Amino acid sequence: MKDRLQPIIRFLIHLHGITELFGRTVFYSFIKPFYLRDTIEQMHSIGVRSLIIIIMTSGFTGMVLSLQSGYEMAIYGAKMYVGTLVSVSLVRELGPVLVSLVVAGRVGAGITAELGSMNVTEQLDAMRALGTNPIKKLASTRFKAILVMLPLLTIIGDMVGILGGLVVATSSLGISSSFYWTTVVRAITFNDIVTGLIKPFVFAMIIATISCYMGFTARGGTKGVGEATTQSVVVSSILIFIFDFFITKLIFAITW
Amino acid sequence: MTDNNSYIIDFQNVYKSFDDKKVLRGLNLSIRRGETLVVLGRSGCGKSVMLKILLGLLPADSGQVFVENTEITELVEGSLFTIRQKIGMLFQGAALFDSLTVAENVAFALKEHSKKSAAEIDEIVKKNLQFVDLEGTEQLMPSDLSGGMRKRVALARAMAYQPQIMLYDEPTTGLDPITATTINALIRKTQKELGVTSIVVTHELDSGFSVADRVAVINDGVIIEIGTIEEIKNSGNEFVQRFIAGPK
Repeated sequence: MKDRLQPIIRFLIHLHGITELFGRTVFYSFIKPFYLRDTIEQMHSIGVRSLIIIIMTSGFTGMVLSLQSGYEMAIYGAKMYVGTLVSVSLVRELGPVLVSLVVAGRVGAGITAELGSMNVTEQLDAMRALGTNPIKKLASTRFKAILVMLPLLTIIGDMVGILGGLVVATSSLGISSSFYWTTVVRAITFNDIVTGLIKPFVFAMIIATISCYMGFTARGGTKGVGEATTQSVVVSSILIFIFDFFITKLIFAITW
Repeated sequence: MTDNNSYIIDFQNVYKSFDDKKVLRGLNLSIRRGETLVVLGRSGCGKSVMLKILLGLLPADSGQVFVENTEITELVEGSLFTIRQKIGMLFQGAALFDSLTVAENVAFALKEHSKKSAAEIDEIVKKNLQFVDLEGTEQLMPSDLSGGMRKRVALARAMAYQPQIMLYDEPTTGLDPITATTINALIRKTQKELGVTSIVVTHELDSGFSVADRVAVINDGVIIEIGTIEEIKNSGNEFVQRFIAGPK
């Protein structure tokens, strides 16, 4: 019986740990010292260094979306409205999810590996012994940095994706640039923009909390750090999809 | 706390378990102000856990730990800061911050908590690195240092805030005999010149005996013998004798 309950007990322990870390991280984010320099360094590492991969993935996603939907829509004579489909899909859904998954993979894994290595080499204990709270110095700074950078990266990703769609629409589908932009501008509503910005904000909290938690709790040397890093990406990705569904449902319930 | 004010640290009936593994089983140990107490014991017998409980890095399951008459086991993380300011710790693997230079490592606590100017901090860093014979290494990264150098930088870092108590977790483990002798000499120098109280936990007899004022032997989570080096060597306890005799 005890063995059967073990997975549930472990799950509840992790859930408690994640919730506690989230609460403390948010709390410490508003308490001095704010570690502004560390936060800016993290913003550079998380945001600026993710730009290339975000531009590549979003740009090609927009191009593929335009190409696939353009040929399908041509069957129904709706090819001209490919800009509508590309922009709405990207702003509402694909942009936030795609960018967040990329950040969870690149940044989240990096945070877990870094904090996990610090944990197994007693650097976190040393930091506490020197009177500094690792949650405040390491987790809160990363939390704030991701919270600022992920929505910005999403906006950039959306724009690059729409531009990618434009390139295919004009070069392969015979749609004029001005008509493409007209359909894009007409299609995107204020609600779409709000939805597209709420999501990365929530996903940022997920990525920061999960990656820090997995790092802080990594055990068992380099093997343990490797496992924690994999788990960090897997758990963050699953939670991003789950929360994406519920946020979308909530927003539809509120606005419709 | 014991009535004798000469004791700066006092463990009273401390228990600690990890899952089903009982590590400390009613540990009682008092450390006198200014002495170097060496705690000898086998690997995995709870020596490091004892130090981490003393620093508040691990919570004790039960029992009390006093540092200068302050009971620390019930303090929360925020309140432990005042106690930690009094204690420096040399970790087993040095635990230098990988992403910081030697100078930044040594200056860490000062930059975090003191109101000293950058010039004053630089001066303290230089002085502390001189103390451990590592002047000129300020801009090196921890990955550029040998094992012995890392331990010396970690000692300089631990000393930067001028602690009254120094904890050494296996300070010479994994080091060659010459480097180990250097570290032992530094431990003695720290006690003599700066007057700090030291606890050294180790399983290496030669190293322990070369720095100790008193020696405590721990086995199965309790102190089974404590006394001067001579008293330990002449102990009638079978485990102590086997431990001293070593492999035959």
